[in-house]
Amino acid sequence: MNDAAVEARGLSRHFGDIRAVDKVDLQIPRGEIYGFLGPNGSGKTTMIRVLCGLLTPTAGEVRVLDLEIPRQAEALRRKIGYMTQKFSLYDDLTVAENMRFMARIYGLQRSAAKQRIEDLLGHYALTSMRDRFAADMSGGQRQRLALAVATLHQPTLLFLDEPTSAVDPENRRDFWEKLFDLSDAGTTILVSTHYMDEAERCHQLAILENGRLRNQGSPDELMTQLDSRVVEISGSDLRRVKDRALSLPLVQSAAQQGLHLRILMSPDTSDPLSYLRQGLANDSLSFSMARPSLEDVFVAATQEQHSS
Amino acid sequence: MSSLHRIWAVTAKELKQLSRDRVTFGMVVMIPLIQLLLFGYAINTEVRNIPIAVVDLSGSALARALTEQVRVTQVVDIRTHYHTPREAEAAIVAGTVRAALVFPENLAQRAAGGEPLAQWLVDGSDTIVGSALLALRTMPVHLAAGGPRGAYSAASPSFEVALFFNPERRSEVNVVPGLTAIILTMTMILFTSAALVRERERGNLELLITTPVHSLEIMIGKLVPYVFVGLIQITIILGLGMTIFQVPFNGTLGNLVAVTLAFIGASLTLGLLISTIAKTQMQAMQMTVFILMPSILLSGFMFPYDAMPRPAQYIAEVLPATHFMRLIRGVFLRGAEVSQLQGDMIWLLGFTAIMLAIATLRFRKTLD
Ligand SMILES: Nc1ncnc2c1ncn2[C@@H]1O[C@H](COP(=O)(O)OP(=O)(O)O)[C@@H](O)[C@H]1O
Ligand SMILES: [Mg+2]
Repeated sequence: MNDAAVEARGLSRHFGDIRAVDKVDLQIPRGEIYGFLGPNGSGKTTMIRVLCGLLTPTAGEVRVLDLEIPRQAEALRRKIGYMTQKFSLYDDLTVAENMRFMARIYGLQRSAAKQRIEDLLGHYALTSMRDRFAADMSGGQRQRLALAVATLHQPTLLFLDEPTSAVDPENRRDFWEKLFDLSDAGTTILVSTHYMDEAERCHQLAILENGRLRNQGSPDELMTQLDSRVVEISGSDLRRVKDRALSLPLVQSAAQQGLHLRILMSPDTSDPLSYLRQGLANDSLSFSMARPSLEDVFVAATQEQHSS
Repeated sequence: MSSLHRIWAVTAKELKQLSRDRVTFGMVVMIPLIQLLLFGYAINTEVRNIPIAVVDLSGSALARALTEQVRVTQVVDIRTHYHTPREAEAAIVAGTVRAALVFPENLAQRAAGGEPLAQWLVDGSDTIVGSALLALRTMPVHLAAGGPRGAYSAASPSFEVALFFNPERRSEVNVVPGLTAIILTMTMILFTSAALVRERERGNLELLITTPVHSLEIMIGKLVPYVFVGLIQITIILGLGMTIFQVPFNGTLGNLVAVTLAFIGASLTLGLLISTIAKTQMQAMQMTVFILMPSILLSGFMFPYDAMPRPAQYIAEVLPATHFMRLIRGVFLRGAEVSQLQGDMIWLLGFTAIMLAIATLRFRKTLD
């Protein structure tokens, strides 16, 4: 038995000229909530599909739950749950019908299935809409149904592909409560997202861009790496200041956030504050160091590669 | 003007999309092309080469001379000779021949007396074949080699005709069982051809293939409901045919159900195979029509199989509807047993097995 739920080495998946996943090494520990953070088109869905055995890798080795993928994909199917990015249950079936269908597909015993479905309906607050057609449910309700179905057969590994993209913030918070429950019960969860607040809840994160793995670690680790590289500037005419700042060689990125201008400095800046004061030469501005956010981590991870 | 521009913009875009959708584009060209060729061949209603048997009880030179005269009309193709009319009737029931020409023992006497010379036993279950043979009733014949044509005319015909199974030559009798083949072809293939495609389009398939369900299970699971749909449809068609059109049911229920299930199986699995090939529901629909058109034209529903030229017959042999057409007319109208028509039956069962196997192999549980 291996500690890692997922291990990938040199994993690539190309579609013609597009390198959707490009030479990725991964090591995902059991029992954690592991996030794939990346913008649209960064390869999150492709990565999950390869790990599920739905897509054959172009190159590289993959082991998931000690099974060699894609060779042993069929054996893996009983052990994983998958919540697809696009709602993939049947619109023209009711909540209960969808669950019964999937319970049968997973070969649950009749009475066990019945009990399990009742439990899940209760746990995911779906009891009152058991006879509602999936097509007639809200985004949050569909998402709860999809999660309930994905956990129907009590998988040890859950893949959730942008599970909260069609959900309002309150439902998103509730949803994450459910994920923590599952995690506490020992389920390994792999979740993709492009929301920073969601990424911040993960135990560990992999930052993806253009199919490449840019950085990985716990959110805290990742943010600590950026200590002393983020500067906040306040003052007037910040749009012009931003253009000036971006022309300075050691400034990696600049973004206006409300009344501040947030500057990310390149790693080899020794004294960011005096560097910026000199470079911008504008007495009306005030400068202060800021606590790095996950957004900074993301920007840093994706831009360092471009400049290097 | 700007309206025309917009219309053209849309037209150009559609054309571009069409030219990139290989299957649709292929269909756009192939459907008219192939249908035209098929029509061109098959619409020839001048009936030729109807397979018949000859029973010569007289053993005379005159019988041989008359047989030769019938043969050169090219309406019939003499396949076999039998010793007794009973053997000939059995062959008609089994569908090996469509008619038999029986020369009586007293052929010479009849010729001398100006009576009808011989008797045609005709399978009337195909009305076009029946009509063609009926026309031979009054054909002029030479009684002696090189001699003058005999005084046979419409008033005193050269042959007697016994039309079996459909003596009044009502076309419904022929059409109704044939229609089951057409309607089942249409609905069975149509239902299943979209089955997998729809799931793929709606995203259901991505979840389904992540579960332990086996490809073959998905396939068969999707087919089973339609077996019942097919049985209901054939019950309606034949039931109405019997009550409204008084189509006679001369066979047994067991035989009827057996051949129907075989054909439903063949059509459903063919639809399923289409479903594994088509990328969109639209493509599935087009491929269904592609099968349906020749099934209507070449299966023997519209034109007698025997009257079609060879290339059309080869195509017809590939279509499940052709085999079912023979089976259903046999077991329903002629009271044939499945064992007498086992060639067509085995063909349908084999076709079903092969289609299911190919569809299952084609359907991979991946998104590659
Ligand atoms: N089936 C496919 N065929 C061709 N290109 C694809 C396919 N699936 C994904 N891609 C491409 O691969 C890249 C990564 O896509 P995806 O994995 O869906 O990213 P994400 O889920 O992060 O938005 C994109 O450029 C996308 O267009
Ligand atoms: Mg995606």
